[in-house]
Amino acid sequence: MKAKEYKSGVKPIWCPGCGHFGVFNAITKALAAVDAKPEDYALISGIGCSSRLPAYATTYGFHGVHGRALPVATGLKVARPEIHVIAVGGDGDGFSIGGNHFLHACRRNVDMVYIVMDNQVYGMTKGQASPTTPADWRDSKLTPRGPEIPPLQPLAMALAAGAGFIARGYGGDPNGLAAMIHEAMAFRGFAFIQVLSQCITFVPEQQAWKELITEFNETTDDPARAGAILHGDNGLRKGVFYRNPRPSWPVSHGPVAEPGSGAREGFLAL
Amino acid sequence: MESITVAITGAGGAGAISSGELLLRLAGRQGYFGMLKKTFSPQIRGGESAAILRLSPQPVETFDGVIHLLIALDWHNFARFSDEVPISAETLVVQDVQAGTPPDNVPDGAETITIDGAGVAAGVESGWVNMVFVGLMARVLGSDVDTVEALVAQRFRRHPEATGQAAVRAARAGFSLTEAERLRALMSELRPTRAVADRWLANGNQLAGLGALEAGIRFVAAYPITPASDVLEWLAGHLEASGGNLVQAEDELAAINMVIGAGFGGVPAMTATSGPGLALMSEGMGLAVASETPVLVLNVMRGGPSTGIPTKSEQSDFNLAVYGLHGDAPHVVLACQSVADCYHTTAWGAALASELQTLVIVLSDQFLGQSMQILDAPETTLYRAERFKPADSSEVDGYRRYRDTASGISPMAVPGDAHCMYTADGLEHTESAVPSPRAGDHQRQLDKRQRKIAQHDFGDSWYTLVGSARADTLLICFGAVTASAREALTALATGGRSVALLSFRLLCPLPLDQLEPILTCYERHWVVEQNHSGQFCHYLRSLMPAVAFRSLARQGPLLITPREIVDAIVGDSL
Repeated sequence: MKAKEYKSGVKPIWCPGCGHFGVFNAITKALAAVDAKPEDYALISGIGCSSRLPAYATTYGFHGVHGRALPVATGLKVARPEIHVIAVGGDGDGFSIGGNHFLHACRRNVDMVYIVMDNQVYGMTKGQASPTTPADWRDSKLTPRGPEIPPLQPLAMALAAGAGFIARGYGGDPNGLAAMIHEAMAFRGFAFIQVLSQCITFVPEQQAWKELITEFNETTDDPARAGAILHGDNGLRKGVFYRNPRPSWPVSHGPVAEPGSGAREGFLAL
Repeated sequence: MESITVAITGAGGAGAISSGELLLRLAGRQGYFGMLKKTFSPQIRGGESAAILRLSPQPVETFDGVIHLLIALDWHNFARFSDEVPISAETLVVQDVQAGTPPDNVPDGAETITIDGAGVAAGVESGWVNMVFVGLMARVLGSDVDTVEALVAQRFRRHPEATGQAAVRAARAGFSLTEAERLRALMSELRPTRAVADRWLANGNQLAGLGALEAGIRFVAAYPITPASDVLEWLAGHLEASGGNLVQAEDELAAINMVIGAGFGGVPAMTATSGPGLALMSEGMGLAVASETPVLVLNVMRGGPSTGIPTKSEQSDFNLAVYGLHGDAPHVVLACQSVADCYHTTAWGAALASELQTLVIVLSDQFLGQSMQILDAPETTLYRAERFKPADSSEVDGYRRYRDTASGISPMAVPGDAHCMYTADGLEHTESAVPSPRAGDHQRQLDKRQRKIAQHDFGDSWYTLVGSARADTLLICFGAVTASAREALTALATGGRSVALLSFRLLCPLPLDQLEPILTCYERHWVVEQNHSGQFCHYLRSLMPAVAFRSLARQGPLLITPREIVDAIVGDSL
């Protein structure tokens, strides 16, 4: 199937110029690259502008509540391992209200792709600071002096929490991002991609990203080296920073017997 | 006397609880029915503990607030249990010589037998004082010495061999104590007619797990919380063998959403929790309703609010279960009526969640969940969690996940089904699952979700009714109170008062058209429940304002006894 055939025709709510269009294009290109059967894929999201994405695709989808995309995705993938699961969302959804799930999804390492469209702002609620907003960003009435706290470092967090595939992409580069998503889909385990996806409406200065973003081509499987790279990172390099597969969960499984067998015998303990 | 209640109390490490478990097994082998309630101080290890054991030739489902025999391994801090172990002048006390000074609430007239447990144990080179008492009681129960030795050895199978042998020697020494003859008199009227080898020993949490498993639950997300963890632990041990999976979640928010993910995938899924966890799951439960995802939540109630009394029972999550969702969110709430019924009601809940494609909350409580009971094995349930699938290509053509059907239930496709792809949504949506804020779509979907539950035929499993239709008074209850109310009925009948009992297995929605004709048979309606504010009574009053419901509501942790119910009814003379 062609990339455009993965689009449902439902009109996105996104503003003209929103970075999420590029991310959605990249996802459909990656699906086309593997000639994905739409029924075998599920896009799972929480709440926010970017979380609207599943309804725009022809795959299965689940648009849940704020911050809980990863638990829904985990439940689906563990229960139905033959389904390809891609969780999508924004920086507030993934790193603030859903931050705990992000950490535990990295360490649990269930086989899925997690794409966070990071625009460093809450767009749907009209422009409040998010966990990745710079400390001195003063354009929100909610934090008129700026957040005054340093932004989270999602890639370094993912590394510390045990993710095996850690990358950053850019929504303004759909072809490069499609290749990165394709690689993440082929990775066995939890694959995390932070995508710089501009919010034209509330942070128009992000249009400068296309001039500032540089390539990173030194993928490592050494966590110490990845740590050094990510802690010194300026947040504007795109590429796969860390790639080091380990067994995905469930790692081991007991033998399957007759349904329910043995369960009753245990009560005959008199 | 139709039953005997034995309490065993001791300090941390004295082995009161394990002694109680052994005696329950021994009693089961002798053909008794029985129930064991464990009560602990809050420490994880050490601290005082008490095992309360009620035995009878007939099935036993609750406690009657009387202690016939108290075995005191240690009197230290006994006061902590004095509420739960009420001693009267009729209580026979058996104490260890080293138990210390009996507390003031042991009546002066109470007959006391003192045994040198440590001395007896030391005589056989053993330190297991509690096993001396186990041996003594085994003889009282009519067991033979070989059975005791085998059970004690089994109990210690994970210990070093020498440890187990020392325990067996102590039990054997206790078995030969002459004091057993005095105690046997207590049991003389209670001889079981026959020993039954195929009875079960189980608690309600395990039976709820079995009911879920046998109804087809194949995915469980778990976050530990007292007193629900042992449901999850039991399922962890049995789910894999049935091809299922259990995930330990990072919190209750994750647990409910994992269950939603699995349910969306077409795999029957559940979680189990207790009050604070249920509160955390509230948002996700609303999502299950809106997205029409089958989800089963077993809530094992404990004393609340907040951390409350986490190790003891109460029925105070009724309001949260019935009213605790945001928006208009019709769902189903069931209640387990007894330890054995935890099996059937949980299985029913699993089947209903799949059939109605929505949230089903099953209410159990700490007493039902964690009391061990000897009971007859439940017949394998006929309830099955089954998905209503898109039937044929005509339905698949232009598939609409949230189609507004006459029943309100729409065929549910799952990932992997070709040509039916859709995005499940917590946003209000059209029949085709496209997000929509339109007034018409909102009303259509609200009506549909309401209708599928309101029109559902719940059959006749929604209640149990005991007693004569010519009785003047009707007791109304749910959950663990049912067994106490049933004993109260018997006591009232003996006293010449004809009372009936209606216990609800279905709390929400209430089938009012079937309920009202039952209620009109009786002059007085007493709602008995284990919470402080009379939550269930308020609910019934709001639904049936013409009925003058009287309320007998008392908070936990002490169980409502048959005596309390009898007193309320007798005091309410016609």
